[in-house]
Amino acid sequence: MRQSAKRASFLDDLIELLSSMRFAISLLTLLAIASIIGTVIEQNLPPNAYLNQFGQFWEQVFSRLSLYTVYNAGWFVAILAFLVLSTTLCVIRQFTPMLRDIRSFREQAREASLRGFSHRASLAPALPPEEQCAAASAYLKRAGFRFRVNEREGGTLIAAKQGGLGRVGYFLAHGAIVLICLGGLLDGNLPLSMQISLSGKKPVSGNMSIGDIPPSGRLAAGNWSFRGNIYIPEGQAANNAILNVDDGVLLQPLPFRVELKRFNIEYYETGMPKRYASDVVVTDNETGEAFERTLEVNKPFEHRGITLYQAGYDDGGSVLRFTAHGMTSAAHPPFPISGEVGAQIPLGKTGHSIEITGFRPFNVEDVSPPPGSGTNSQPETAMLGSGARAANGKNLRNLGPLYTYRLRDPAGQAREYNNYMQPVQISGHWYQISGVRSTPAGEISWLRIPLDEDNSVNTWFAIHQSFFDPARQAELVKRFTSSTADKDEKASLKTIADHLLGLFAQGGMAPINKFIETSVPKDKHEEAGEAFIQVLQRLIWDAWMMARESAGKAAMEPDETNAPFVRDAFFALTASQRYGAPLYLKLDSFEQRQATILQATRSPGKPLVYLGSLLLTLGVFAMLYIRERRLFVLLKQGEALVAMSSGRKSVGLEEIFARHREGLAAVLGAPHTT
Amino acid sequence: MEAATSSPPLPQPPAVHASRFRQIRATDWLFAIAVIAGAGFAWSRYGHSMDGYDIAIFLFHVPLLIALGWAWRPFRPFAAVVAALALAGFWLYQGDLTRADQVFFLKYLLSSQTAISWMSALFFTATGAYWLGFIARASFAERTGNAMTWCAAVMGTAGLFVRWYESYLVGPDIGHIPISNLYEVFVFFSLITALLYLFYERRYNTRKLGIFVMPVISAAVIFLLWYSFTRNAYQIQPLVPALQSYWMKIHVPANFIGYGGFSIAAMVGVAYLLVSRGILAARLPKAEVLEDVMYRAIAIGFAFFTIATILGALWAAEAWGSYWSWDPKETWALIVWINYAVWLHMRLTRNLRGNMLAWWAVVGLFVTTFAFVGVNMFLSGLHSYGSL
Ligand code: HEM
Repeated sequence: MRQSAKRASFLDDLIELLSSMRFAISLLTLLAIASIIGTVIEQNLPPNAYLNQFGQFWEQVFSRLSLYTVYNAGWFVAILAFLVLSTTLCVIRQFTPMLRDIRSFREQAREASLRGFSHRASLAPALPPEEQCAAASAYLKRAGFRFRVNEREGGTLIAAKQGGLGRVGYFLAHGAIVLICLGGLLDGNLPLSMQISLSGKKPVSGNMSIGDIPPSGRLAAGNWSFRGNIYIPEGQAANNAILNVDDGVLLQPLPFRVELKRFNIEYYETGMPKRYASDVVVTDNETGEAFERTLEVNKPFEHRGITLYQAGYDDGGSVLRFTAHGMTSAAHPPFPISGEVGAQIPLGKTGHSIEITGFRPFNVEDVSPPPGSGTNSQPETAMLGSGARAANGKNLRNLGPLYTYRLRDPAGQAREYNNYMQPVQISGHWYQISGVRSTPAGEISWLRIPLDEDNSVNTWFAIHQSFFDPARQAELVKRFTSSTADKDEKASLKTIADHLLGLFAQGGMAPINKFIETSVPKDKHEEAGEAFIQVLQRLIWDAWMMARESAGKAAMEPDETNAPFVRDAFFALTASQRYGAPLYLKLDSFEQRQATILQATRSPGKPLVYLGSLLLTLGVFAMLYIRERRLFVLLKQGEALVAMSSGRKSVGLEEIFARHREGLAAVLGAPHTT
Repeated sequence: MEAATSSPPLPQPPAVHASRFRQIRATDWLFAIAVIAGAGFAWSRYGHSMDGYDIAIFLFHVPLLIALGWAWRPFRPFAAVVAALALAGFWLYQGDLTRADQVFFLKYLLSSQTAISWMSALFFTATGAYWLGFIARASFAERTGNAMTWCAAVMGTAGLFVRWYESYLVGPDIGHIPISNLYEVFVFFSLITALLYLFYERRYNTRKLGIFVMPVISAAVIFLLWYSFTRNAYQIQPLVPALQSYWMKIHVPANFIGYGGFSIAAMVGVAYLLVSRGILAARLPKAEVLEDVMYRAIAIGFAFFTIATILGALWAAEAWGSYWSWDPKETWALIVWINYAVWLHMRLTRNLRGNMLAWWAVVGLFVTTFAFVGVNMFLSGLHSYGSL
């Protein structure tokens, strides 16, 4: 007996606490602080990223506290649960008193208590008593009050009130909080983790084709809450969404099939993306009816409670056709290679292999001179004129298709190559450009292959071969020495040429300079260097002429007009020593195929959340802007007692009371009482 | 009727809901007619380039402007002058951007950059004037400060309208409302905060709070200038797909009414703390008045911030496929919102009021500022505009 009483009182205390304003305040503060954590620690990164960031120990601690997925963490959800509980209790406890309050006019109010109000006045009406009530009522009506008249001995009380909706707002707003939290819970990843734990689903990791994914990796078709991605190349279709869970994926079968007809990207002339759009056909599995739609960012499409959004795009396996130019010493005529983006192409016996990693047909880049040369902003332009000035100093140009591939050597070392399909013009001359880097984040070093008069790279590659292919090299040296008839001179020229080519083949200019430093007296370094470079340029010239002969072109005279080509060829040859690839892939043609990435979501909580949001808005405005006011007019023999009370006191209230006091004084014909 | 006429004129007639309509005067009707006529004109000029949503928003603004003008009389001349200047700007352009540098009145007054520069200068002088007025106890200087603030607001608002027009001159596909990058929203923030302040200045008829509120606006303007000089942020940029949303057009303004209200509340909080310590108590409004200003500022801020956050969720739902993805900007918006929800509740408790409330409002400004710029500076996220 006593026990239960104690328990009851304990329960009361608990409810008291939970529904207390201070508890609500602490909860909200706690929630705010908890939310901060998730913005400071970037969420859902791969584990090793955190390892680098925090180190062994703290990485462990933080993951224990699940700080990498704060907003799904048990303790975070618990806070929300308490907020819901507290608000609910709060609303329930306030319900009856507030309802009573909304209903009643307090027409039973005692005269004594009225005289206790802080806003009150006693008027002396000149109006005959029988008209007073009507007059006062009329005024209150005009002033937007609802009222009850209570005849009592010793006078008449008109109990009026205004702004009862403010109270209703309280229920709307706080009920809305509950709705929103519940809705959010339904759309959070709680349902997913429950399915994983209850029906023993297991995320599959590593890349396996959709067909091979075991049932344990597939979610139920009827799954009522999920968010996943769909990757569809042009001309293909998908009927599964992929959910990324931890470091694996789960498969979500869809009740329809999405086929991508075409993916469109549009750009502004600044190169900024303007529009991503997927022309899709959505075909229902059961009814088989098909919808042709265009999905865009901010323009989703919903079918069977699943909403499809334009989330991203990628290459869908474009077919690229190359000519491969050999760059090894072994002579090798150009040969064709072709493959899809994403494909792996082994290179015969060399043991090398090519992975085509990417293709972008449209590359707007800033080809203006680097900063420092006129790109600094002048304050004047910022202060005056329109906001529409062209991005200053920027010179945006579409450099055309860019294709990237990785070349893996037999040792498994990969280098990444970024090549432009179209020749690029640099200070009046045309080049085929290829960039290479040995680490994904590394600095790109560029190879600029000069184009010959019929805009092809062949001439340069011919020169390249004469330089590095022993057989052709001998021929080159022979031609080089043919300039003189003298035997000894020939011999010395030959030794020089052989020696230089030998050194050059070991790594461009570096070995040559080294040689100079070791075997030439200091004061002669300069001229020796220049002499060697002259010899090399002569060799390039001769190689060029050999190339022209074998191409059946007329020989030329060395002069200003073709000096630049020799220079560029020379730089390209030196650069080619750092290029580190047995061949150069020149893109001849391509068939682009894009892929769209859609997001498919089913969020059952959405209606709740949206309804809650609406109620919350209404409620908040009602609470903050509709003030409950009660005005009492007690009409007695020769006196009219006016008293006013408000839900919450605010500074304007005295003025409002004064206004009504004067208004009533006027209609009751009482002298002003200021 | 007689009730209204017989009631003596009070300093600031407070809004008594039902009785408001009986206060409507001939000038009110004139203003309403002017607004409707103006809307008609705007429609005839620019209606063709509006789609359904634009039209809805456009129509929504007619009653809104009328209501504002009726509830707040000084808003009428403001609206009129802004409209005149903006139209003058449009007209001077004659569809040719290059005229910005050729036509005198465009180059030195009405082209967006110039107008916004004027706004900045005027805000600085206004701040100075309020301080001068306070230190030298010169009410004239304070009146000047008030006038300067109005002028700044006029220039800034007109400037934004002209910028809007300019964006369409850059390219019909590029044109968009100028609240889509950090530069534009900073201008917008200064304007909203200034207008809110001017409203309270009249509502509570005290000019003393200018010395607290104007520095915030000046700070915003300083950031604005730094930002536009160092980052060329003033350039009109086209909208990336994610920003091409109708929600944005309401989401952002609502947000900045919130930010504006909160910053005012914070500065009034400072005043409150001074007064409660007896500092300058004689020169500043009474503590309970300050408390009330704080409450009103936070109330309006909170109400609109609620709308803004909800609109943000609707927008996110369309752009990113989920109405809430705990992206840092979203999360910080939530934090700000909760912060002021807490404030409102503390006010309703017995023993957390007074200085505690004031401090909370002051700290709130830092939270708000971080949510406003800090997030873009320090945290990565989906919010594309104005990453610094
Ligand atoms: C995110 C959660 C919440 C929000 C956004 C919220 C919002 C509000 C707002 C705007 C007001 C009006 C304040 C004013 O009129 O000055 C209010 C009042 C109030 N809130 Fe909350 N509230 C929340 C949670 C809670 C909780 C958990 C409780 C439970 C203890 C609570 C209890 C109250 C009470 C008792 C009032 C006073 C109502 C009145 O007297 O009219 N609120 N709330």
